[in-house]
Amino acid sequence: MVENRPLLSVISHLILIFGVALIALPIWITFVAATHDEARMLQAPIPMLPGGYFWENFKQTLFGSGLSGTEIAPVWRMLGNSLAMALMISLGKISISLISAFAIVYFKFPFRMGFFWLIFITLMLPVEVRIMPTFQVVANLGMLNSYWGLSIPLIASATATFMFRQVFLTIPDEMLESARIDGASPMRFFWDILIPLSRTNIAALFVILFIYGWNQYLWPLLITTDADMTTIVMSIKQMLEASEQSPQWNIIMMTALLAMIPPIFVVISMQKLFVQGLTETDK
Amino acid sequence: MATIKLDQLTKSYGPDEVLHHISGDINDGEFVVIVGPSGCGKSTLLRMVAGLETVTSGEISIGDKMVNEIEPADRDIAMVFQNYALYPHMSVGENMAYGLKIRKTPKDEITRRVNEAADILEIREYLGRKPRQLSGGQRQRVAMGRAIVRDPKVFLFDEPLSNLDAKLRVQMRLEIRKLQKRLGVTSIYVTHDQVEAMTLGDRLMVLNGGYVEQFDTPIELYERPASIFVAGFIGSPAMNFLTATGGDGLVVLDNGTALATSLKTSGAVIAGIRPEHLIQDPEGVLPVRVEMLEQLGANTLVHGVLDGTDTQIVASVTGIQSLPINDVVRFSPAPDELHLFDAKTEKRLS
Repeated sequence: MVENRPLLSVISHLILIFGVALIALPIWITFVAATHDEARMLQAPIPMLPGGYFWENFKQTLFGSGLSGTEIAPVWRMLGNSLAMALMISLGKISISLISAFAIVYFKFPFRMGFFWLIFITLMLPVEVRIMPTFQVVANLGMLNSYWGLSIPLIASATATFMFRQVFLTIPDEMLESARIDGASPMRFFWDILIPLSRTNIAALFVILFIYGWNQYLWPLLITTDADMTTIVMSIKQMLEASEQSPQWNIIMMTALLAMIPPIFVVISMQKLFVQGLTETDK
Repeated sequence: MATIKLDQLTKSYGPDEVLHHISGDINDGEFVVIVGPSGCGKSTLLRMVAGLETVTSGEISIGDKMVNEIEPADRDIAMVFQNYALYPHMSVGENMAYGLKIRKTPKDEITRRVNEAADILEIREYLGRKPRQLSGGQRQRVAMGRAIVRDPKVFLFDEPLSNLDAKLRVQMRLEIRKLQKRLGVTSIYVTHDQVEAMTLGDRLMVLNGGYVEQFDTPIELYERPASIFVAGFIGSPAMNFLTATGGDGLVVLDNGTALATSLKTSGAVIAGIRPEHLIQDPEGVLPVRVEMLEQLGANTLVHGVLDGTDTQIVASVTGIQSLPINDVVRFSPAPDELHLFDAKTEKRLS
């Protein structure tokens, strides 16, 4: 808005503050809960101001065995598992989609569009729909309780392939022809021209896919039985049910806080490229 | 340095033949312009020489080697594209060096050649910049630099100036011409702009609907156009065409006027006369009813109809002239500047 109306400014600020509060309050409560000891967290009302146990909770959660008297792995281990899974899923998805989009856009082969549509209709088959047969396949391949089992079934991505196809279609044909005259082989063209030109799109997709991988819940829950392979997102739910006594909120909330950090880090570090990737049209 | 030989070159897309038996020899160091209206197949022909389009039948030879089945990279050609096709993520220097890098030219050799080309084109100070930081004219130079660096046998230009503004186009046109003369590299240049074609080419190949209408020097095209199409395409404003009946040493126009000619013709003919060859003359044989004047300063274009007919006539008279609208002004054709074409085949009667 260009015009300056005080009342309008006040109202819009109120609405914005309300919105921010609505989103930030649960995170604040999580943070506050992670700074108190176990006893305080069991009294009503729940505290709204931070306490003094942050570092104790932090140390116990990250390096200790987490909840006492349970079989849940230490949180650093689960963070590592989640990180490995999210990275394998996002990098795997990006490499496979880049290559398949390259094949579909730049090569003429029989049933090219057929393959494209085959890839495209897998959009209709997310993990939840094909969960039983996928589990069967992964189990038969002996990939239960492994990083491969966690990531490979989630790697094939129609969305990313489709997106890269659209990106490649915006690159003028002359670019390819020019590279051909310069003597670049197809893979050389792929590495030297296509990848650098899709850099921002790759970054944008990486952010989305990393968070997608990080937040996986159902699939890891299904195929990991070994406590050492637990991912952080599924562990929070397990912690709630694990102990005989009442839940240790301080530890659980600290775990939740720790689980939020890597996605936030990825978003912030990729933010500039992410925005460019979603908005730029100039090739 | 190389000659190019096109022999009965044909291109079809499925059942549609878009180029029909194109033949022509291009001499070593010659600058040939392929010109024609859009859709005539001129770009396709160039792309076939480049190796970006397959050849349906016929042969292309560069040097003495048949190149039909040879990859573009191995034909020893360089091409300048209409939209420049610079790699946006590479600096100007990297853009120019890319082809050499792929060919595994030694590093210091690459640097030397890039600098040399940059000096020729006066773009040395831009070597570190990205293409998007350059203006249209500068990008054009970089695209040419990329071609020069490779030191190819043949330059191919695909309407390289059509994205530039009019003034820059004239300037770059001269530079391309000078550069080509200096380097002496055989060149093929595609354009739809007949002025560009006339000024640049040693010879022009006029294409129309996939056929070669005429392949000759600019002056020959102007003075002895082989067909009505060439006559109408070359020269601005376009030639006037008048339907007439042939005779011995004269042709008779529809309004009864007889024009003298050195030829003996018969039947329906088309008489062509360029606007600049119509001379204002009170005794002239062509009465023109003036409809509109276009004042260009150096000359005035008189638009009108041949009195008593519907035939449009344009005459170009020198200087600023204010002729009364709707009056009849008489013109006479300059001697020996009358072109006669067969009305049916549209070919020149010589």
